[in-house]
Amino acid sequence: MPDTGASDAFVAFERVQKSYDGESLVVKDLNLSLPKGEFLTMLGPSGSGKTTCLMMLAGFETATHGEIKLDGVSINNIPPHKRGIGMVFQNYALFPHMTVAENLAFPLEVRKIGKSDREAKVKRALDMVEMGDFGGRRPGQLSGGQQQRIALARALVFEPELVLMDEPLGALDKQLREKMQFEITNLAHSLGITTVYVTHDQTEALTMSDRVAVFNDGRIQQLAPPDELYEAPQNSFVAQFIGENNTLEGTVQQIQGDRCTVQLANGEVIDAKPVNVTQPGERTRVSIRPERVEVNPELGDTAHTLKARVLEFVYMGDIFRTRLEVAGNRDFVIKTRNRADQERLTPGQEVAIGWLPEDCRALDAD
Amino acid sequence: MTDAKGDATEGSAGPMMAADGTPLKKSLARALRMQKMRALMLIAPLLLFVLVTFIAPIADMLFRSVENDIVSDTMPRTTAVLADWDGQGMPPETAFEAAYFDLYIAAERKLHTRLGTRLNYEQTGASSLFRKSGRGLDDIGEVYQDQFEDLDEGWDEAMPWAELMGDPEWLSEQAAWTKGARQPEFILRDGIADLLPRTAEQYEAFALYLQDEDNKSPLDEEPWSAVHTALYEDLAAGDLSGYSGPRADMLVAADALVDSPDFETVSFARGFEDIDEDWADPEIWRTIKLYSPEMTPGYFLNSVDMQLTPEGVEMRPDNQRIYMLLFKRTIFMSMVITCSCILLAYPVAYILANLPARKANLLMILVLLPFWTSLLVRTSAWKVMLQQQGVINDVLVWLGLVADDSRLAMINNQFGTIVAMTHILLPFMILPMYSVMSTIPHTYVRAAKSLGATDWTTFWRVYFPQSIPGIGAGSILVFILSIGYYITPEIVGGTTGTFISNRIAYHISSSLNWGLAAALGTILLAVVLILYWAYDRIVGIDNVKLG
Ligand SMILES: Nc1ncnc2c1ncn2[C@@H]1O[C@H](COP(=O)(O)OP(=O)(O)OP(=O)(O)O)[C@@H](O)[C@H]1O
Ligand SMILES: [Mg+2]
Repeated sequence: MPDTGASDAFVAFERVQKSYDGESLVVKDLNLSLPKGEFLTMLGPSGSGKTTCLMMLAGFETATHGEIKLDGVSINNIPPHKRGIGMVFQNYALFPHMTVAENLAFPLEVRKIGKSDREAKVKRALDMVEMGDFGGRRPGQLSGGQQQRIALARALVFEPELVLMDEPLGALDKQLREKMQFEITNLAHSLGITTVYVTHDQTEALTMSDRVAVFNDGRIQQLAPPDELYEAPQNSFVAQFIGENNTLEGTVQQIQGDRCTVQLANGEVIDAKPVNVTQPGERTRVSIRPERVEVNPELGDTAHTLKARVLEFVYMGDIFRTRLEVAGNRDFVIKTRNRADQERLTPGQEVAIGWLPEDCRALDAD
Repeated sequence: MTDAKGDATEGSAGPMMAADGTPLKKSLARALRMQKMRALMLIAPLLLFVLVTFIAPIADMLFRSVENDIVSDTMPRTTAVLADWDGQGMPPETAFEAAYFDLYIAAERKLHTRLGTRLNYEQTGASSLFRKSGRGLDDIGEVYQDQFEDLDEGWDEAMPWAELMGDPEWLSEQAAWTKGARQPEFILRDGIADLLPRTAEQYEAFALYLQDEDNKSPLDEEPWSAVHTALYEDLAAGDLSGYSGPRADMLVAADALVDSPDFETVSFARGFEDIDEDWADPEIWRTIKLYSPEMTPGYFLNSVDMQLTPEGVEMRPDNQRIYMLLFKRTIFMSMVITCSCILLAYPVAYILANLPARKANLLMILVLLPFWTSLLVRTSAWKVMLQQQGVINDVLVWLGLVADDSRLAMINNQFGTIVAMTHILLPFMILPMYSVMSTIPHTYVRAAKSLGATDWTTFWRVYFPQSIPGIGAGSILVFILSIGYYITPEIVGGTTGTFISNRIAYHISSSLNWGLAAALGTILLAVVLILYWAYDRIVGIDNVKLG
């Protein structure tokens, strides 16, 4: 994992704020820095300000407050066309009146690169996305996935050090999307370019990125590598947003180091790891991943277990997905691997469930 | 990665078959035909409407521009005789004879003035010549009529003529006819056409005219003097002494009179010359001969300042040339108007398309505002603005830019027409441009900038090419509208700023030379179609978007 110290940051947002209407902030105090070569994904629900951040970086929106630096230099006052940032748009934005090759040559032409050089580069870029035979076509004659590749090639053909992509795969079907995810990450890493990628598809974010910045309400909720994000969400928004998650609400009873006990609404007590809680009596929401829950656990005497009733059992091939009613929550899901000796629960059955305390995170209540 | 040409090799073994074994092409064609039929049914009412109100009038106009059957219809005998005439010197006496009978009937039917008007387009003076001749032809016939009458009162009465010429059966039917009923159609008596061919022809024409147009009975009216003239000719040519039909005594006596040396005759040529000296000039005869075919290129030649002469097609004299100038002026001014519309409309459309919706709507209303004002009001407003004592001149004088005694002439000339029409046609340019520009996504501009293009390059290489369809659509619209524009040039054009359409309107409503108007209109239509074709070749009509 690259070091993220601000000193060698290639791209840096420093206390950036943005308001469109002068009344509400769309981006609130954004601090973000990423080193050269990193693949960073901005993930968040719709309207959380991801595109706005990207546009500020590209220069199409101006930051209301704060500074954006590229390679240590503030770029607030540099017009977009001088920033040298490659960009892939959600609808590809390939120029319809130019052929694919002309589209690719465009950034080279405006940089006054000679004809032979230009042609060589266009060809190399087309080959890179395996579209060598399509140079003479118009964008309208290409499929969505092909257009996507061309858009990518065009953003890369002038060898920018930073590439921005705003939901570039949004319009593709699932299979193609997965293929393209793979290709994009491969390309980005092999070329060593720094990438800022926007999506609201969390799988995409987890599979592609070095680090993910989870946006909500104009703020970065958590900035972490995918595994950390999934396994150690910092707040209940992130826990909810990333992956499947079970929550139980309760009050903190006592905290001892990295252990605490939480009393649920129905009086039952569970073990958890305090993350966002500091003192007993606080309201909390605990979060447990479905695959970390054990049925009829053997966890030792000190551990608490909960009573649960099976509501539904779904056979999904590689896993079983069982929905339980736990402490009044009827949407408590557990996932178990389909092993030969794995018990299949039947609806109506009463079981006990439990988990390792470190898998259950006591987060903020809202 | 898929190969672009991969699918071409697959079907090379033979034609592709549909599931039922028929060739795929055939079943596809069948499926498409059904679709087309259904589509055709849906548009049938509109098609009919267009056909009746649009195609038919145009076809009629195209036809009128070459139609010329009035000459051969009105003067059938004359044109037949003149067909053999070489056009040198004076035509033969037979031509005058034919013209006498043709014009006599035409004059009775009151068709000779129409013919005169028609020939007047080709030769000035023809109109008055024919009007005069219609009145004067009686003088020729009266010479014979009087002499026959002096011989026997019966020659000036209806019944003897009817009995001489008419079929006996018809006579009795006609006698039984009462006003209001249908007249039994006149039938020539058996053998009379062999005996008195010219007389029979003339009398028949007279009788039929009487029955059809006047609704009078041939039994009550004495015939025209042309019939008497014909009788003289027949009697002079043949010997009737052996005749023994009805009214034999009258006819034999008349024959004897004609053969006597005292009988006074006039030659047709002299008679015509007495009516008007112009008949003695071969010019009018040449004109008649030239325009005797049923189709004529004359109107078209006239439309391009040429004329048909016995020697062939040649340019009109300089002082009569007007239409080419008007065509050139019309096209030139339409182009100027189109260009100025493009220049003015482009920024407006651009702003409209890139402004936030609320402001754009307001601006749109301003653009559309002229549509809610009468065209006449708008044009007249320009008159107020541009005239010598008008607002603009007043302001210029007040500012001291122009001396009071040398105010600018900005109206009743080309400048005025261009200004007013640019203003009037501007919305037709703005709207298509706007509708195209508003579909150009803003991301293209952003994409171009992110690729390193400056504002100007972005506009010129990315935005402008995509807005061309709007310019194309607007240009076609404005150009075609202005090339046929009438009201504004009429009001503010003066003499130097009028269009060909003003001339067409003049021929339609004032000079009533519809053939020429039709030819001018046809040429205008052809010019528009040619330009449209050229435009299609150069820009491509697929590139035109109206919305
Ligand atoms: N040009 C604009 N003018 C005014 N408000 C805007 C503008 N662009 C975006 N906003 C507002 O700013 C907020 C953030 O928008 P942004 O496009 O950054 O969201 P996003 O995270 O990219 O969402 P999505 O995932 O749907 O693309 C939204 O509430 C949006 O309504
Ligand atoms: Mg967005």
